[in-house]
Amino acid sequence: MATYIVRRLLWMIVLLLVISFLTFLIFQKLPSADPVSLRAGRNATPELRASIKHTFGLDKPFFEQYRIYLAKLVPFDFHKGFKPPDFGYSYQNNVSVKSQILDRLPATAGLSLGGVVVWLLIGIPVGIISAIRRGKLSDRLAMGGALVAISAPVYWLGLVMLYLFSNDIGRIKIFEGAGSYPNTGSLFSDPFSVAPSLFLPWIVLATAFAAIYARFLRGNLLEVMAEDYIRTARAKGLRERTVIFRHGVRSAITPIVTILGLDLGILLGGAILTETVFNIPGIGRLAFDSIQKSDLPTVQGTVIMGAFFIIALNLIVDVLYAFLDPRVRY
Amino acid sequence: MSTPLIEVRDLVKHFPIRKGIVIQHQVGAVQAVDGVSFDINEGETLGLVGESGCGKSTTARLITRLLEPTSGEIIYNGVDIANANRRSLLPLRREMQMIFQDPYSSLNPRKTVGSIIGEPFEIHGIERDKEKRRRLVQELMEQVGLNPEHYNRLPHEFSGGQRQRIGVARAIALKPKLIVADEPVSALDVSIQAQILNLLRDLQRELGLTIVFIAHDLSVVRHMCDRIAVMYLGKIVELADADQLYDHPRHPYSGALLSAVPVPDPRLAREKQRQVLTGDVPSPTNPPNACRFHTRCPKFVAGHCDVEEPLLEAKQGGNVAACHYPLTDEEIASRVPTAAA
Amino acid sequence: MSLLEVDDLRVHFHTDDGIVKAVDGVSYRVERGQALGIVGESGSGKSVSSLTVMGLTRFFKSARISGSIRFDGKELLTASDEEMRRIRGNEIAMIFQDPLSSLHPFYRIGKQLVEAIQSHRDVSRAQALDRAVEMLGLVGIPEPRKRVDAYPHEFSGGMRQRVMIAMALANDPKLLIADEPTTALDVTVQAQILDLIQRLQSELDTAIVMITHDLGVVAEVTDEIAVMYAGEIVEHASKDTIFASPEHPYTWGLLRSIPRLDLPRGEELVPISGRPPSLINTPGGCYFHPRCPYVREAHRVTHPGLDPVPDDAEHTVRCLLASDTRRRLWRELQEGKDPEQARTAVGIDAEEVAP
Repeated sequence: MATYIVRRLLWMIVLLLVISFLTFLIFQKLPSADPVSLRAGRNATPELRASIKHTFGLDKPFFEQYRIYLAKLVPFDFHKGFKPPDFGYSYQNNVSVKSQILDRLPATAGLSLGGVVVWLLIGIPVGIISAIRRGKLSDRLAMGGALVAISAPVYWLGLVMLYLFSNDIGRIKIFEGAGSYPNTGSLFSDPFSVAPSLFLPWIVLATAFAAIYARFLRGNLLEVMAEDYIRTARAKGLRERTVIFRHGVRSAITPIVTILGLDLGILLGGAILTETVFNIPGIGRLAFDSIQKSDLPTVQGTVIMGAFFIIALNLIVDVLYAFLDPRVRY
Repeated sequence: MSTPLIEVRDLVKHFPIRKGIVIQHQVGAVQAVDGVSFDINEGETLGLVGESGCGKSTTARLITRLLEPTSGEIIYNGVDIANANRRSLLPLRREMQMIFQDPYSSLNPRKTVGSIIGEPFEIHGIERDKEKRRRLVQELMEQVGLNPEHYNRLPHEFSGGQRQRIGVARAIALKPKLIVADEPVSALDVSIQAQILNLLRDLQRELGLTIVFIAHDLSVVRHMCDRIAVMYLGKIVELADADQLYDHPRHPYSGALLSAVPVPDPRLAREKQRQVLTGDVPSPTNPPNACRFHTRCPKFVAGHCDVEEPLLEAKQGGNVAACHYPLTDEEIASRVPTAAA
Repeated sequence: MSLLEVDDLRVHFHTDDGIVKAVDGVSYRVERGQALGIVGESGSGKSVSSLTVMGLTRFFKSARISGSIRFDGKELLTASDEEMRRIRGNEIAMIFQDPLSSLHPFYRIGKQLVEAIQSHRDVSRAQALDRAVEMLGLVGIPEPRKRVDAYPHEFSGGMRQRVMIAMALANDPKLLIADEPTTALDVTVQAQILDLIQRLQSELDTAIVMITHDLGVVAEVTDEIAVMYAGEIVEHASKDTIFASPEHPYTWGLLRSIPRLDLPRGEELVPISGRPPSLINTPGGCYFHPRCPYVREAHRVTHPGLDPVPDDAEHTVRCLLASDTRRRLWRELQEGKDPEQARTAVGIDAEEVAP
């Protein structure tokens, strides 16, 4: 197991390097991105543009630029030992990219983790009950509803929810509206004042995921209940409830752990649509804004952060799997 | 005197077990087949018998070159094909064919029966004319006992026994010299098994086939085969004519196998004193020293069996067995109830 | 009163393709401490009938069950779900064919054993664990106190089946049903397990129903044998009688079509012609008639009952041929004739029977 983890960590480093290179390449070569104009503004003289270009090091050859970037990014320096990673500075406002990301991380984390809790609380019971009552009306309604929930685009659903329920413009004013997320404080530092502004976003985010997980769990559970060991459990004279939960659900839920890790990793990289609709200052919003403004360092920073979360969570989930399924040996 | 169709010499197949952080190095191996030598004579039916993990299926796949051996020789028609590349193997595939165990998974469910049986013709570029090929395929279907009108049906429309017949038809399509049948009847109901076994026997007579027959069911093997090799943990422990093996097994493992088979005769069942082996088959990654059977052998002699590996040598009665202390006639009589007195 | 009395049991599954008559009128008795073998191929109904005794068929929504199953005097088919649950794994236990897939892969075997015990006995976990260790020792698992913490995949096939047996016998059932317990095992391991079952049966005086397709297995372990075909019992007799003087063409077919170590090599196998019947569209009249070499026109129409033979009330056969004819046929078959020859020798002419 230890060698497995070490191997996966080494691969993580390799992957992050590749991703950093690819994003660097893509955004350098994109014709529409022109950071010089961003800083220089309109009516810039050629001398000003050249001077800005030089300041940013944009007149250096491509690989030289990348090397400089990488040297700052990697948290290790041959002379000084370990050092904090430097993601560069935003072209737009010269703020350190790293500080921007870290500032916005709690918002994204609050949204994502809360969303996960909500969708698990809804999705898992619905999935289990649908499987148990397979074919009955409750099952058909649940799966039909799930299909609608999955099909509804997040931004549409978000806007509809705001229209109906937000306390500023909604018809039934019960939830906090968009723009209610406080500028200071996060779910972790100030749960009671921040949480209400996250209720609607959580519901919107959770809807599609809950539906997916319910359908997935239902399918898994139906398959598992046809396995031989369920027959043995019944033959032993166990209560049906024990058979379903301790034997059936226990088996059916392990693949859910895997996809949960993946989904959480993606969300931590920024739930762009939800954050935009509800005006939550998270990493997703940051990425969206900086792409629009061709703010290359920030974009790169968010991409690498996102990649890091996905890879890290994947690793955590794979290791967790070995504890859930004793047959898995790394 | 029949000439050997295939000579197998010191065939070895190890499946490596790798561990490592970045660079994986081999830490051990599953010694599936560990030095096996035998001849397959033209026209005979040779049986390979043993329990799980003995290497019989791996040996079958090595002979037909579905796997490449780790070392050793497989001499077919005077040429060693052990390391031959795909191109030089292609013409040989017309002459060596395999029939597999599970009729439910060994046929492509999306292909019609006609195209499954006709595929060998396509691959080897024989009979490009579609009409003529169809007629050839339908003849084959009749030959194996299928209704030629079912040419366009899909595998799932057939029963297990019929699907196995499809597999047989495909295997004999190009009139091969050798058929390797890997547990061809194990997945079938008892009343169908006899049909397929009889079919194989009839086809062997009609087409002059040489058959290598792999099975774990000793009664079936005895019925079908002329000579039988008993395998244990990757090695051949006994090789003998069928009558000799079943009447006078010399290797204690062969004796135990025969003793273990439940016989449909209550009187025999009551009278016999079965030889029950203790323990489980050891792992092929870490086989016992010297004689691999010594950990479970009722005739184990410490200091000899676990130190010096016995070689395959002729024993009393003509059987070839790898054992320092083969079974005596008295031991056979008391432990193997079905042996001739 | 017999321990188990099954009377005219019928289990029909209502599917989209039609009604599958998996069990269609099965009756038998099992006495205390006795061993009954049920022999049949796939589709014969042997497994479904036993699953119904356990009450496990109730979990199939499409099943319609009728008839009577009385265990120790109690009628099981009308028992409540909770009453059946209390009997399963307690007074009647069952072991299945594939021990790897029959044990939950995520739980240690100790836990699975303790679960079986605590479902029916009011004991502490420690007491249940002691009993589990005791059972593992009884079935021959070495170092049971240590092995109790192992997972199913850490055992070999034979050991896993022993664990299943230990689990089944943990609550001292009066009846053990074994559904193809050795089919998935190597032959030397099969011998060990059969030995174990026989030993436990005599030590614990448990009644056994052994379901298998292997005539060799029933020859060793049973006292009586019932042969099933297409959801019915076609022959039922003591073990010795079934092997020495069977009277149903299907039984003859089974005995003649398997290669046997105790008969000379090279004896031709005589297969049973045709294929197993559809359970949705069962053949008219005698279910075996499409495959029977001795079929007469009447057999297409009349469905035979399970009747005793003239001089042995314990030997019942479901066949329209006269017992006398059957005995002569069997004698001819035993002399090595094939069915056609036997039929001629006995003097029945072949009748063309339209399908």
